[in-house]
Parts: sequence; C-alpha cells; structure tokens
Amino acid sequence: MKPLPQTPPASSDAVLSARNIAKSYGNVHALKGVNFDIHRGKVTTLFGENGAGKSTLMKILSGVVPPTSGDIVLDGDVVQFSSASDARDCGISIIHQELSLAPNLSVRDNIFMGREIRTATGVDFAEEARQARALMADLEEDIDPMTLVEDLRLGQQQIVEIARALSVDSRILIMDEPTSALSATEVEVLFKVIRDLTSRGVSIVYISHHLEEALQITDYAVVLRDGAMTANAEAKDIDLEWIVRNMVGENFDLGSPPTGYAFGQTALSIEDVSVTDASGSGYSVVDRLSLDVKAGEIVCIYGLMGAGRTELLEAVAGRMPLSGGRVIVEGDDVTRLSISQRIDRGLVLVPEDRQRDGLVQTMSVGQNLSLASIASFTKRMLMSRSGEQAVVNDAIRKIHIKTDGGRAAIGSLSGGNQQKVVIGKMLATNPRVILLDEPSRGIDIGAKAEVFRLLSERAAKGLAVVFSTSEVAECLSIAHRIIVMRRGKISAQFGADVSKEEIMAASGEAVHV
Amino acid sequence: MASSVTTPPRSGLFRDGFDLGRLLLEGRAFFALIVIIVVFSFLSPYYFSVSNFLIMSSHVAIYGILAIGMLLVILNGGIDLSVGSTLGLAGVVAGFLMQGVTLNALGVVLYPPIWVVVLLVCALGALVGMINGILIARFKVPAFVATLGVMYVARGFALLMTNGLTYNNLGGKAELGNTGFDWLGFNRLAGIPIGVVVLVVLALIISLVLNRSAFGRWLYSTGGNERAAELSGVPVKKVQVAVYMLSGICAAIAGLILSSQLTSAGPTAGTSYELTAIAAVVIGGAALTGGRGNIRGTLLGAFVIGFLSDGLVIIGISSYWQTVFTGAVIVLAVLLNAVQYRRRVKKTTETDGPSASLQPTGKGQTADATHGKIAS
Repeated sequence: MKPLPQTPPASSDAVLSARNIAKSYGNVHALKGVNFDIHRGKVTTLFGENGAGKSTLMKILSGVVPPTSGDIVLDGDVVQFSSASDARDCGISIIHQELSLAPNLSVRDNIFMGREIRTATGVDFAEEARQARALMADLEEDIDPMTLVEDLRLGQQQIVEIARALSVDSRILIMDEPTSALSATEVEVLFKVIRDLTSRGVSIVYISHHLEEALQITDYAVVLRDGAMTANAEAKDIDLEWIVRNMVGENFDLGSPPTGYAFGQTALSIEDVSVTDASGSGYSVVDRLSLDVKAGEIVCIYGLMGAGRTELLEAVAGRMPLSGGRVIVEGDDVTRLSISQRIDRGLVLVPEDRQRDGLVQTMSVGQNLSLASIASFTKRMLMSRSGEQAVVNDAIRKIHIKTDGGRAAIGSLSGGNQQKVVIGKMLATNPRVILLDEPSRGIDIGAKAEVFRLLSERAAKGLAVVFSTSEVAECLSIAHRIIVMRRGKISAQFGADVSKEEIMAASGEAVHV
Repeated sequence: MASSVTTPPRSGLFRDGFDLGRLLLEGRAFFALIVIIVVFSFLSPYYFSVSNFLIMSSHVAIYGILAIGMLLVILNGGIDLSVGSTLGLAGVVAGFLMQGVTLNALGVVLYPPIWVVVLLVCALGALVGMINGILIARFKVPAFVATLGVMYVARGFALLMTNGLTYNNLGGKAELGNTGFDWLGFNRLAGIPIGVVVLVVLALIISLVLNRSAFGRWLYSTGGNERAAELSGVPVKKVQVAVYMLSGICAAIAGLILSSQLTSAGPTAGTSYELTAIAAVVIGGAALTGGRGNIRGTLLGAFVIGFLSDGLVIIGISSYWQTVFTGAVIVLAVLLNAVQYRRRVKKTTETDGPSASLQPTGKGQTADATHGKIAS
C-alpha cells in the first residue's frame, strides 16, 4: 500500500501549486507530500474520504495552518503565508466547512466583518448594505442584509458565508463543502455563480462529498487518500466510478456478521419512543419508533443527516428526555432511570463526538478507561490502585490500545486509539447492550476494522450491539440487521444480504444528477 | 499506512529529558516560597525563626482552609465568591450562640456547649454551600453570579444579626459549661497552633478524597469534561452540589478559627477573603477552567501569599505596597499558569489535531459524507 505521489504534469496555467506539502500532528501524518495544481480560471475539485487530508490541505493553502514541510508556489514564486489574512492579501480566500459567522450580528456586518468600509467619520453602513444586497441578488437569495444571522436557516447561513468570500475580490477561492446545507436550487445558483467567477478568471478549489454534484462543476479532479494524492485528471476523462475507485482504494474488508451462535433473549426493547426537537419547535425528531435487539445481535442504524439517529440513541441512553414511549433492558423498564442507573442495568452509549462527549482531556488514558467502572474497584470509600490498574490493563489488552500502561495523556493517542478508549471505557462496565453513535467517525480504516472486529467478538459472547453510521459500506459489514431511519421513523429493515442501492433508496438519499 | 497513525507516543517520565525551565515552571509555587523565605530572612533578623513561622502559619491557616474548599469548587470548573461572607456569617452565628439562645416560648436561655456550636456553624456553612450548589446545578445559574448573590445575602444576614456590631464576649462561662472557644485560636498541640493542625488534617483528608476516592475521580472528570463524565455514569449534579457544600463547611471552619483567634466575631470579618483563596488556588497551579489542580499546590499558594504579606509587615513596608506586591504575585502566577497550560494544550492539540481537523466537526457533515458517494 505505498502512496503514489504522482507529480501532475507541470502546466503553465497553474496559478497556485502545492509542492510536496506534508503536515504532521505529533506522530500522526495528515498529509504525506502532496503535489497538486490549481488551474487558472478553472474549477479544481478535491475528492477524498473523511480523514483523507482535504481540509488540512486547504487550511495550508489558505494560510490557516503552516505546512510541516513543502512549498506553496503562487504564480511561479514560492510563498509563505503566516496567517489567513496574509493569504487573503495574495488573493486567496476560503469558505470553511464549519460556518464562521457571528450569529448575533446582521448579514451585512458578517459580510464585512474585519473589513468594514470606513469613512472619515466611521463606517459607511449604507454602502455596506448596498453591496451586501447586491451580493444576495447575485446569489438569488432573498435575504435582507439587516437580518440577524441567527434568524436564518442553516442553508441561508451558508449563503452568507459564501457571500462573504465573494465580497473579497479574490483570485483563488477555496470552497470546503459549501453545499452541505443547501437545497438543490441553491446549489444550482451557486454553480452559476462559480461559472461566472471562472469566466472572469477566478480559480476555484472545490471540495464536496456529493460526488455527482461536484462532478458537474469540476474541470480538474484530484483525489486524495490517506494524506497522499492518488490520482488527478481532467473532468472529461473521468467518471464517478473512477473517483470512487481512487478514493477508496483496494476494498478494505470491514468484516462480516459473526455467526455460529444463537441469539439470546431480547436484551433491548425500544417501544414507541418519541423525542421532541431540543429547540422547542415541538417537532418530533424521533417519531414513535420501536425496535427490539436480542443478545448477541448486531444492528446497524443507517440514515441521512437529520434522520434522528443521534437523538434516538441519546434518548435510549438517558441523555435526552423521551416525549413518549418506553425503554426496556432485559425486561426492566429503565425509562425513568438516570444515565448511571442505566449503566448499572447494562445499557451504555458511546457518543458520536468523542472530543466533546467521550473523553476527559485533562485525565490520563487509564483514568479515562476506568471512569465508568470506578465502583468495581472501590472498597470502603477508597479506590484500590491495583484494582484500577487491573481494569486498565484488561481494557488495554482486550481492545488493543497502543499505549504504555495507561499513564500517557489522552491527547497523545491517535483518533482511532482515542475512540477505542471511549469504547473500552464503556465495555469495562460489562454492559448487556452497547449503543454506538457513528463509532467509525474520524478514524482511519485500519482502526475502523479493529473496532468492528472488537464489536463482533463481544456480540458472539452475548452483547447486544446497536451502532449508527452514515456510510453504507459500514452497514454491510458486521451487522446482522440493518435499520434505515428516515425522518424519525424506521423506513426499512434489511438482513445482511441487502444491497447498497436498496439501503440508500430507503434512506431517501436522492440518487439524482 | 494505518500503523503510522497509531504508533504509540514515546511518552513517560523523561519524555523531553531533563528540562530546567519546565522544572522551574511546574514547581514555581515551591520555588517562590523558598525565594520569599530567603529574601525576608536576609531583610529581617526576626523572620527566620520557628516562633515566627508558627505565627505566620496560623495566619495562613485561615486562607489555607478557605483555599482548600475553593480548590474543590475550581476543580469542578466553578467559582465560589461567597466564602468570605460565609466565614463572617459563621463567626457571627458562633458569637450569637455563645451569648445564649433565648427561647421565649419556654422562658429559658440555652447555652449550647462548644462542640454543638461548632457543629451548628459547620451545618450552616454546608447550608449556604447547598444553596449555591442547587442554584448552580439545578437552576443553571452561572457560578459567578449565584455565589456573588449569596455573598451579599450572607453578609447582609451577618450585619442584620448584630446590627453591625461585634460580639466580643466569646469566652463563655464555666458555670454554663460553654467555655473553650478560645481553644481553636490560641491553644497549641505539641507547640503547633490548632488552626494549623486543622489545616493539615483537612488537607490530608481532602487529598485522600481527591486521589483515592470515587468522589475525587468524579470531581476531576466533571471539571475536565462534564458531558463525558455524565455519559460515563458520574452523578455530575450531586458532585457539583457537594463541592459547594464542602466549600461552605471549609468557610465555616475558617470563620470559627478566625473569631477564636481575634476573640471577637464581627459581621465584616473575612471581607474579600474569597479573592485571597482564589489567588492561593491559582498560584498553586490549578486551572480556572476545571479539572487540573491539587492540594499540595494550593497549600503552597496559601503559604506564598501568607508568608509574603507577613514578611512585608515584619520589614515594615507600608500596607499600600503590600497590596501592590500581592497583586503582582497573583498576576505573575496566572501568567505562568497560562504559559504552562498553553504548552500543554499545544502538545495535546498537536497530536489531537488530525482527529479534530480531519473529522467534520459540524454535526451535519458526517451524514452528508456518503451522500451520493456510491450513488449510481
């Protein structure tokens, strides 16, 4: 599996080039010597899976983070950006994947944040408003410049973010997932704007997970995998299949459903569970959903963003209140119990966002691992050091965390190992049912396979496993049963022999062009 | 390829080798204390003597006890501005009980013995702390505001109880069986003032609680990441209420010792002591964001402040200058904390970065990740 650092043909129309760009965070190599060109007046699209290094590369090109090694060549000269505004002065601006707007300010103030149009007496708000209105007209969006950003829906906020980048007359515009919250019509308008920009000589770098959509606008395609460029070509020479092949690489086996044993009794029973939207709109994000999981069974929940997967799992684990229904663990109704009581009954959750909800960054690997099972080594009010060490050693051995005895800082581990710590922490409580919300998020493929292998081993010993995912390939790995969620309800159930297309159709995933 | 990502870090005791700067930085409170002692010993012949150290230590005891309670609150990620007022209120209530409680209905005057007074005052401290804790844990009032309000209320009650006056008669009477209040402030155990003994005993108990009990681990984890702690089954709300109660009890104990030392209980006692306690905790290296800090550092912090201000008194520097010096030490300590934690954060984010930057942080992106990826 050696990376293929193909050097693209040196072309004269390259406005900005990355030359052997590498970026390491500690001993994790996010980028391993990437070469690629941004073509003048064209749309260069970057393809790659989560964690392939796309966003890191864009942050380097826009001066947000410095590269560990390698050069950035602008118009034939090697340049070094010390900050994002440095890069902006060179005509490079970026639309970040995460919105960077101040919700308490108006659209106008957000667009001109930090670059206010000044006059002798202050800020020329009228001129700013006029320009903001013109930008909104270009984007065919009916937003008053005086509206507060917090009053806009997510898609409109993204439009404002785009408008802000457009308001700077940049030569190179980097768009990192600009369409993730946009409707189909808004995407069409955006593409029209992009075409208009390129015809005026602006170079665009485009990143998107919507492959087909991105392919429509692409002039040059570059594919990244595991921090290295695997392929690049002109749009006319490629198709979707080419992109997917280069993105995913050789098929990595994520395992198959464990067999050779019979499922036990029903371990988890979810009965007519409803969850009301946290924002208080009264809308049910989970709508009278019922699901039974037997001991030893692995159930995968697939669904698009907003389907209610996270809300369902958090409500079952006790993190979110139910607005209706019951949760039963091995015959006991746990609906009214606290999270810690549910853990005692054997129901645990591995949360989606391990940085925010899974790890205590101020504590060591070992302290994180033992956190959920302190009671097991506490006698007469005091924790037993040896008892704790035994729990930690056991967890490290069973789930193969690469660390030295648990005393290391949790932040020194790679994403995959951190995720294993969160899983190991919950497994140390000897649960009957484990819920995992996107357990493979942000970890590399090797760690992913290990996590799945670990889960199927435990399932074979009678653990009921429910995991959610947004990658179809993961549904078709270890799950005995695949549940597709759509708008808070189960829209379909499949056995392990289902095809990807069937799952995606049931999720409501538009397979349009 | 995967292996390069999951290589274990070469961490351990000597990760960076021996680093003098780091040693000085991490042991700064200790070195500061040594510097203070050395400097003042040169400046004054009276400073370096056992008797002076014991006197200074009994002053430190008040701040130290408050600081121990404050440390618990700060480890939890909160702040307790009410301890100075609680200290004052505790002293006044003790003084009030010593004067005898008249029960009109029964026509009797009760003179509770000292141990009852001590217990009642500690219970009062716990009650004030519980109010703080419930406001913060249940009603989600920011700790700063909740304890600021309670600070005023407690001070107000102390003033109301005495009409602004001071109880001077705390000796009790032998025939009433309530003598012995001065024991806390004046007596010595093997030559060591009782206040210092109380400080040491409290420090040992709390240190054991922090390092060896489940409660200690819960406290560190809620301070480090409340959401993660909650999902791991830690009763975060109970922990939060408990730390404020413990802080209140510490304040009450400090109030008892202070009024015993002064042989009087005034309603304005302990004004702005909460800030000194916070300063001691901060000088001791605890992070105001929670999750980091220990008893050893906090005690050192209390001794730095106490030995510095007493030293300035001994060499006869104006009290205005004392204020300036104390302030400068606090700012310096916080500055060094910032340096230390920035180093640590940098280390963490450098290794942590990829998982943070490579995974989509917005909740929305992941679901979209495959949208259309394999669509045909």
